[in-house]
Amino acid sequence: MPRKTMIEAVREAMDVMMGRDDDVVVFGEDVGFFGGVFRATQGLQAKYGKSRCFDAPISELGIVGAAVGMAAYGLRPCVEVQFADYMYPAYDQIVSEAARLRYRSNGQFSCPLVIRMPTGGGIFGGQTHSQSPEALFTHVSGLKTVVPSNPSDAKGLLISAIEDPDPVIFLEPKRLYNGPFDGHHERPITPWTKHELGDVADGYYTVPLGKSVVRREGAAVTVLAYGTMVHVAMAAAADTEVDAEIIDLRTLLPLDLEAIEASVRKTGRCVVIHEATLTSGFGAELSALVQETCFYHLEAPIMRVAGWDTPYPHAQEWDYFPGPARVGRALLETVEL
Amino acid sequence: MGDHSDPAEYGPLKLHIPEPAVRPGDAPDFSNVVIPKAGQVARPEVNADPESMRDLAYSIIRVLNRDGEAVGPWAGLLSDEELLEGLRHMMTLRTFDTRMLMAQRQGKTSFYMQHMGEEAVSCAFRKALRPGDMNFPTYRQAGLLIAAGYPLVHMMCQIYSNELDPLKGRQMPVLYSSKEHGFFSVSGNLATQYIQAVGWAMASAIKNDSKIAAGWIGDGSTAESDFHAALVFASTYKPPVVLNIVNNQWAISTFQGIARGGSGTFAARGLGFGIPALRVDGNDYLAVHAVAKWAIERARRNLGPTLIEHVTYRVGAHSSSDDPSAYRPKTESDAWPLGDPVIRLKNHLIVRGAWSEERHKQAEAEVLDAVIAAQKEAESHGTLHAGGKPSARDVFEGVYATMPPHLRRQRQQAGV
Ligand SMILES: Cc1ncc(C[n+]2csc(CCOP(=O)(O)OP(=O)(O)O)c2C)c(N)n1
Ligand SMILES: [Mg+2]
Repeated sequence: MPRKTMIEAVREAMDVMMGRDDDVVVFGEDVGFFGGVFRATQGLQAKYGKSRCFDAPISELGIVGAAVGMAAYGLRPCVEVQFADYMYPAYDQIVSEAARLRYRSNGQFSCPLVIRMPTGGGIFGGQTHSQSPEALFTHVSGLKTVVPSNPSDAKGLLISAIEDPDPVIFLEPKRLYNGPFDGHHERPITPWTKHELGDVADGYYTVPLGKSVVRREGAAVTVLAYGTMVHVAMAAAADTEVDAEIIDLRTLLPLDLEAIEASVRKTGRCVVIHEATLTSGFGAELSALVQETCFYHLEAPIMRVAGWDTPYPHAQEWDYFPGPARVGRALLETVEL
Repeated sequence: MGDHSDPAEYGPLKLHIPEPAVRPGDAPDFSNVVIPKAGQVARPEVNADPESMRDLAYSIIRVLNRDGEAVGPWAGLLSDEELLEGLRHMMTLRTFDTRMLMAQRQGKTSFYMQHMGEEAVSCAFRKALRPGDMNFPTYRQAGLLIAAGYPLVHMMCQIYSNELDPLKGRQMPVLYSSKEHGFFSVSGNLATQYIQAVGWAMASAIKNDSKIAAGWIGDGSTAESDFHAALVFASTYKPPVVLNIVNNQWAISTFQGIARGGSGTFAARGLGFGIPALRVDGNDYLAVHAVAKWAIERARRNLGPTLIEHVTYRVGAHSSSDDPSAYRPKTESDAWPLGDPVIRLKNHLIVRGAWSEERHKQAEAEVLDAVIAAQKEAESHGTLHAGGKPSARDVFEGVYATMPPHLRRQRQQAGV
């Protein structure tokens, strides 16, 4: 199978869907002629024409608001917000409009819309190119939230997202665009060509929304992770030799609670990790659900490892990032309890 | 109703997508940019009725002509000394950019953004302000700092995120902040600060103060709602604010037509709000300064806001992460009809008899020496990946005035 980067995988998903369905339109800042600042839409305008893939004015509100209107008309817009850190101007359109259109019109109107945005740190992007705002979406009824951790999933998940009848927030950890970054920033970069999850089949395939996958089987502790942190968890398990079972959630909402429950019942321990800030993060939801569903199987308190509750700093990026050392410490602590 | 719905009557609808005149491989073409002769545009009284000056939003105020002379009603405000100082500021900014871009390429910092071609805008504007006034700049107005006498070493320490970084390593390079120098903390989120400039100016009016504010925004960023909110508030409360649009023709890869849409000019956006709106040759130090002075006087006299569109051209890449050859002809900047701001001011000073090629060469060498000396000093305090750096404690400090218990706990967990 051909190996591809995550950018290529995301691009292929849009390409496949634009080819299959004339209603799929793609737009955003710098997305048209240039093909996006991360080049995710490169070549799509030349292939499908200017009214299917085009540059938008710098207005995230405008991009998402227009996409809601198009989706209500019957198109399937897949729009890009250049960085998740810039989605706030669009938040009202996402929360009050896209998410509720089906409900408040009793199904007369719906919003089959995908909003792609690069998330996460690790590129010295400071507070305006590093954020992970997933909890701001999972808190909103009517949205689905997806976070791929590799090219293979990214393509299949994005195709599912574009086909989904409801609005989907598609968060792309930008540090994974070119390789499976595991938080060991001092080591040379591994490209996706050296990783089996860089295998991306040509053409159409889907990865269903709402289904997690076990990345590493283990008996000692369950680790719940998504995006970049999946690779960090793998590194932490290898570094500490803790027999961790690592679940890549892939979709945060709807959540694959069944798989989580099965794993925690087996291991009796659970560590929840994410790069976003700790307080009121998605990890709080996961921790609550595990407690509610697995309380009598738990042999240790559920631990969370997350970004500190501060803005994402520029120079001290690696003091901030919840890397393999911090995750490893939590694993050891949890299994020793 | 029904009898008007025949699709054959008008043909099918089509989406309009604006396109730049040329793309890579084409010959640069600015024939659509109408450039009036220097000295041609009238200078109204600052208290004239905004309705009487609507045409200023469609012309370009220019002072320096092709022969390097200062002509027309907007000329004659600056002495030789002031102009020589302005020239030095622009040369310093340009040299600073060259050195910092090189430092970025050498891995001494993560990122850089230069001003090449736009130096006159921020350098000249700053000299029309007074101490106490506040700019709400974007990342491309470092001339406001240089012309205000902010030390280059401080700027470099910020860029290097080193142990003397005034912002403790928290902000990306070039997102400076210096309250003392009338330079508000640059956000990084586009357009957010335009309305804040209006609010700051409203505060000055509420307190019956005499300070004014200046908002700054790029052509592309005028598409954000914050821009429109700023114009509404400025129109309603008429606070002492100058709202600057720096139209450098590009927003990363997107040409200005995408943000401008069907409006003739960016300045014309002000007209619907009843705000006097002027376009100025942004590559003409004298014109920028004259227009800034005019607008600032209006603000100071409680006559309300002014919108200024600085017409210029982004000669360099958007940032150190960008390569413009993918979306515009390589030689486009050479074809830009308003020329180079440094060369134009230099030629004017020579025409005035206040400068010579020789003295210019010498000044270039002096400026380079000064910038290199500052760089050496800054680097002795560290660069992004080597030497002195801000502390990991600085990650936790300053989120709140007083650190709440949960953050203190997290700082302890971090072991710093
Ligand atoms: C809210 C927001 N959206 C998007 C971006 C990404 N971005 C950074 S600079 C830029 C282009 C801005 O162009 P313009 O306003 O013309 O200013 P210029 O860079 O030309 O000075 C974009 C899209 C951002 N920083 N903030
Ligand atoms: Mg611009």
